[in-house]
Amino acid sequence: MKPSKSTLLWMYETMETSRRFEEIIAKIYFEGKTPAFNMTNGPIPGEMHLSNGQEPVAVGVCAHLAKGDVVTATHRSHHQAIAKGVDLNRMAAEIFGKETGLSGGRGGHMHLFDAEVNFGCSGIIAQGMGPACGAALSRKLRNEAGVAVSFIGEGAANQGAFHESLNLAALWKLPVIFVIEDNGWGVSVSKESSTSVPRNSVRAAGYDMPGNYVEDNDPIAIYEAAGEAIARAREGKGPSLIEIETYRLAGHFMGDAEGYRPEGEKDALFAKDPIPQLSKLLLDEGHADEAAIAGLQNKAQQRVDEAIAFARESEYAPEAEALTSVFA
Amino acid sequence: MSEDLNTDRHLTIARSMAEAIEQQMEKDPNVFVMGEDIAALGGVYGNTRGLLEKFGPERIRNTPISETAFIGAAVGAAQDGMRPIVELMFVDFIGVCFDAIYNNGAKNNYFSGGQINVPMVLMTAVGGGYSDAGQHSQCLYGTFAHMPGMKVVSPSNAYDAKGLMNAAIRDDNPVIYMFHKGLQGMGWLGTEPGATVATPEDSYTIEIGKAKVVREGSDVTIVGLAMGVHDALKAADKLAATGVSAEVVDLRSLVPLDRETVIESVAKTGRLIVVDEDYNSYGVSGEIIATVTEHDISKLKASPRRVTYPDVPIPFSRHFEQFCMPNADKIVDAYQSMVKGDAVSV
Repeated sequence: MKPSKSTLLWMYETMETSRRFEEIIAKIYFEGKTPAFNMTNGPIPGEMHLSNGQEPVAVGVCAHLAKGDVVTATHRSHHQAIAKGVDLNRMAAEIFGKETGLSGGRGGHMHLFDAEVNFGCSGIIAQGMGPACGAALSRKLRNEAGVAVSFIGEGAANQGAFHESLNLAALWKLPVIFVIEDNGWGVSVSKESSTSVPRNSVRAAGYDMPGNYVEDNDPIAIYEAAGEAIARAREGKGPSLIEIETYRLAGHFMGDAEGYRPEGEKDALFAKDPIPQLSKLLLDEGHADEAAIAGLQNKAQQRVDEAIAFARESEYAPEAEALTSVFA
Repeated sequence: MSEDLNTDRHLTIARSMAEAIEQQMEKDPNVFVMGEDIAALGGVYGNTRGLLEKFGPERIRNTPISETAFIGAAVGAAQDGMRPIVELMFVDFIGVCFDAIYNNGAKNNYFSGGQINVPMVLMTAVGGGYSDAGQHSQCLYGTFAHMPGMKVVSPSNAYDAKGLMNAAIRDDNPVIYMFHKGLQGMGWLGTEPGATVATPEDSYTIEIGKAKVVREGSDVTIVGLAMGVHDALKAADKLAATGVSAEVVDLRSLVPLDRETVIESVAKTGRLIVVDEDYNSYGVSGEIIATVTEHDISKLKASPRRVTYPDVPIPFSRHFEQFCMPNADKIVDAYQSMVKGDAVSV
């Protein structure tokens, strides 16, 4: 099913919000880290994995999700968090490590949790898959509405957790959807040199579930494929696997020189940047005019600016707070 | 241990665990059990015997041999409001599913700033002594207790087993419930009769984090858990025959650790021996001794001792394994060497 006009506009605005958020984070990340790059310095220390280019996956899938649906995400999850409706102010503050952050600064960018919208992520490859099966099982046992979506990268398809989780989900007919964001690179190792099959979607057949492949980072095609899989899960027909060809327009993490990329690859990817492509589609198909597009861009920028200001202005929690919240 | 109980009903640990689970499942539809062979078989150690018949296969749920997925699923179900009990058949199998426990289950409350709780019970078999060698005989108490975010319990008898299981299921945190195979009351494993004790039918809880003085004494404190408690009680009998009065502390929980009870006991006796079937180094025994010496070393009349499993993979051959395991005689020897002031060899 094609997205409605309002969904398309939401998708576009959310992609813009995500991209603009990442662009500001990237800029701030380097504060205090030049001329000599040292990850420990600046207002945002630690690793930083940006989602630039992968926005279509997040919006195409999350357009079908309600607050009550569960998402488990990865180390690269800002776009997914934004599309799932995580509070952007508190998310930004968490990335800065501030008291007003989602967890008061205990988790940081790789461990974002917002219970209000059932969003969580983990920095360990494929390890959101078992928990997604468990959330789906929870709904099934209680006969409560809701599906679980586990976002993973293509590298995760070579983890044991991937294969065990697909088997378990199919065996128990769980309302869970596994979404592979295939950006072609596991840090510096290409998919071709790490994966025995050209397409991970074929692996679904080994677990008797539908496996769909979506090429070229197309938000509309992603929306359609996700819609089908999520509807199937909601109808009690069991899990699906969706593999999406997407593009990592950033390095694996900030500071990654990306010397492993073939010459010209990045330029070709930037030429296919999904955000200008979607705005062109909105214009071409008459969903929005230039003024409306600009309006959505401004709205996205304002929201991001507000979140960043909130994070900047927030205080750090007292040090002793580090010792709290270990147990419920 | 049964002196304070008004019941003649003696249960094995296996039965008392199953009874606690059954009573919790009757009260709370969010409680369910997952694991390998836990349905028709009733669990390899009998912890779920009879429950399939009563609750059916949705809530007494056999799993594939996929610990990574189903223990991960327990974390996800717990975070979504259920209270899963998941069985890891042998603690030695934790290698393939540790991530779900220590990186997700144990950290998500903290990483979410308390927004997300993980109320799950991981029950798992520990301990050796029956020639199953080092991939099926470890205790790994220290491994779990070392990492923050999980509560860890290990009962020495059926009364405690039931109360701790009830407490574990009601707890809003991940609880690692380590039951010792040699205490389960399963004849085919060889079993310690002292673990089968009077156990009331009515539901009750034992607070996690409370040790118990199971024998009072004045000359030495022997601290242990699970099988170590029984070794300590036997040693106390032997020491009593030589005129030495030993106090025995059953830790029952490792996290939280009841340091006060240990410190109070040693303040009274002035001597400390720790019995631990887990490996000697970097474990429970070192933690207990550090607790006492850090608090007030002047309370000690002698250097503390530990009777532990040596730092070797657990061997198969019966004579090898028995040579390595803690036992009552080793505890008596440790006491005698302690009072003589022998140096502990390093």
